[in-house]
Amino acid sequence: MLVCGLLLTGGLYAALAPAQADTDQSQAELVKDGRELFLVGCAFCHGQNGEGVLTQGGSQYGPALTDVGAAAVDFQVGTGRMPMAQPGAQAPRKEVVYTKEETAALAAFVASLGTGPAIPDKELYSTAGMSEEEVQELVTRGGQIFLANCTACHNFEGSGGAMPRGGYAPKIRGVDSKHIYEAMLTGPQSMDTFSDGNIPPEDKKAVIAYLNKLDESPSYAGFTLGSLGPVSEGIIAWVGGIGLLIGFAVWIAAHTTRSSKKKDEAAA
Amino acid sequence: MSVDVSKVASTNGMTPATAKGGKAAGAIATWADERLGLGTAMKKNIRKVFPDHWSFMLGEIALWSFVVLLLTGVFLTLWFDPSMTEIQYNGAYDPLRGVHMSSAFASTMDISFDVRGGLLMRQMHHWAAHVFIASMMIHMLRVYLTGAFRKPRELNWVIGCLLLLLGTLEGFTGYSLPDDLLSGTGVRAADGFMKASPVVGSYMSFFVFGGEFPGDSIIPRFYAVHILLIPGLLLALIAAHMLLLVYHKHTQWAGPGRTEGNVVGYPMLPVYAAKAGGFFFIVFGTIAMLGGLFSINAVWKIGPYDPSKVTAGSQPDWYMGWPDGLLRIIPAWETHIWGITLSWNVMLPILVMPPLLLMLLMALPFIESWITGDKREHHLLQRPRNAPTRTAVMVALMTFYGLSWAAGGNDIIAIKLHLSINQITYFMRGAVFIGPVIAFIITRRWCISLQRHDEGKLLHGYETGVLVRSPEGGYAEKHLPIPESKAYTLTARDDDPRPETAEEIEASGVTGRRLRLRKLRARLATVFFADNVQKPTVEELHEAQHHAEHELHELESQISAGPNRHGPAEH
Repeated sequence: MLVCGLLLTGGLYAALAPAQADTDQSQAELVKDGRELFLVGCAFCHGQNGEGVLTQGGSQYGPALTDVGAAAVDFQVGTGRMPMAQPGAQAPRKEVVYTKEETAALAAFVASLGTGPAIPDKELYSTAGMSEEEVQELVTRGGQIFLANCTACHNFEGSGGAMPRGGYAPKIRGVDSKHIYEAMLTGPQSMDTFSDGNIPPEDKKAVIAYLNKLDESPSYAGFTLGSLGPVSEGIIAWVGGIGLLIGFAVWIAAHTTRSSKKKDEAAA
Repeated sequence: MSVDVSKVASTNGMTPATAKGGKAAGAIATWADERLGLGTAMKKNIRKVFPDHWSFMLGEIALWSFVVLLLTGVFLTLWFDPSMTEIQYNGAYDPLRGVHMSSAFASTMDISFDVRGGLLMRQMHHWAAHVFIASMMIHMLRVYLTGAFRKPRELNWVIGCLLLLLGTLEGFTGYSLPDDLLSGTGVRAADGFMKASPVVGSYMSFFVFGGEFPGDSIIPRFYAVHILLIPGLLLALIAAHMLLLVYHKHTQWAGPGRTEGNVVGYPMLPVYAAKAGGFFFIVFGTIAMLGGLFSINAVWKIGPYDPSKVTAGSQPDWYMGWPDGLLRIIPAWETHIWGITLSWNVMLPILVMPPLLLMLLMALPFIESWITGDKREHHLLQRPRNAPTRTAVMVALMTFYGLSWAAGGNDIIAIKLHLSINQITYFMRGAVFIGPVIAFIITRRWCISLQRHDEGKLLHGYETGVLVRSPEGGYAEKHLPIPESKAYTLTARDDDPRPETAEEIEASGVTGRRLRLRKLRARLATVFFADNVQKPTVEELHEAQHHAEHELHELESQISAGPNRHGPAEH
């Protein structure tokens, strides 16, 4: 038993201790890799040390990244918003350019430039391990927080909404839980930052649980028409309602009881 | 052709024929007839004739969707609780369980999730409301564009406008009843509109809400208005509308055998009753299909109303979209005077424009008959092209409506078409003024072109598609006369009256204000009828006929004697 214990301890130490050293070393390597990627793909707008670039007119060409933290990079690069394809009102969500490893390297490099929130751990946004009742309670609370803080821009079902000057609050359904958490934490583009003092982590988790619940739920009531509210309903009322009925009216008026061919021929 | 004589009386006796044999149905009918006088009433109306045209069935859509509204509405009242008492939700929908809400919202949730068929009924009721108001508007366009509003039907036009107003108010109160976040936002907006009225605004708001917004009486009050007051008025006005329709008899399109003094069509029984009855089931079916397939106002996602919350995409239902659009595009104009704020940015689009447009709508028949001086009765319809200015006025109004309406969805347009909401707003600010003018000019010229086309068909015939090469080598298309019945239909319209000239008015001896008014009227009439094409005179038509006959002879002789041996006859 003693031998076994010793062997196990020794074996575990042998397995874990160098790994610890590896982590430190790989972190440094990650930052180095990240810097190389950053110089190629990001520095043109954000500056070689992430200090930001100003235009001649004094406005911002690419904002400084010195205190945005790893979470912001993971969100912007992980959802394809960065690198931007072209300047515009807003960076749209698009196909992701960097691999997961490259994104991690970029995040590590930007995090090394200053302060800022780290990439959140999975337990912060996952409901794994919670009982059904706890999840149910979380979803209900999350729905209320969502309606109070998010729907004004993102719409009651997270379908998105318009912002001034070509900006928009994007659709937030079918987005990774991690990215939603990071968006709340870092406030990308025109979005407010919902710091942990504003919406505590357990409330952020509740909002995410509610959005996931919406994704899982059936529509209950038929086609949702984009979940955009009364505008799309009005279009259906005119096209599928009154439009269809006018078609029927034309059909009815074109056919009368006395227009059957056989009868006409018999009468002739 | 044989005539069925089996049901014709076989004698010339002085006593009326009576049902023979003691048949049960006959006995019941006699019993009822002797007490209710049904026979006399039916004899006239059972064979009442209605003309057949698809555009005459648009008002019917409104009538039948109103019936659907009554049926589904009664179902909803059985479970809806119009109370703003705060309770905790304990129904079947998990994500809201335990949330505090009003009884009105909770019972809407119960209808949606716990009452069998409740969600379908709710959705049908809502879709039917959309269809009801849309069909009233389409019907109104038909009546206007065909001139069916002219004497003696002006008052029925006014009743129709009132029905449209009441339908819209009914829709708004219904939209507000579930007490969800969207409807509450709408009620809050209505509260703001009331408060924008100078001086009396806050008094009006406190009166309607029984205190400061939201209070706890607005839902029960709207409920009484929604299920009792407005439906009662709607029913009464619909009855008046239809009684007048029966009294005036239905208008009809011009054609052979159709005059100002008759109605050509099918009798009520069996043809028209079958058609109209069948149409009811089609309307019911279409609305049931919409209710079964398409989600409308998914209150469980929108959540209960809470004054501290709002959602993107907060819009009224479509029929309130156009004032909302004007509200969205108007610049932030305000005046501060004697300690009072006049919010022009709210007053103009909401408190001024809709009543103004409604009054204009109601006045249209009277304005037109004043300008044209036409006080005759009309039972034959006019084609829209034959009243170019009238048609153009309506299309201009429609353009104004459509642009304002689109402005009400500026946020959805912005995100779906990737545009800037600011640019849409700036564009609409100009477009609501310029668009109607452009639409007016284009429509008017378009109508006049169509009139010229009709004139061409009458005088030169229709295009046959037969090309003829002359001996000189030139090509020309053959025209042949249109059938006589078509020519009759095209010419069955009155010439426009000639407006009075200034000399004529002065010669009539009127002075002062009446003189100026009559001159204005003559000027307006000149503009109203300007450039219209009058139908050809009898002489012109005769000449055209001779010409056509001559051409036909020429063509025949060319074909028989022509050098080309491979004439059309050989193929």
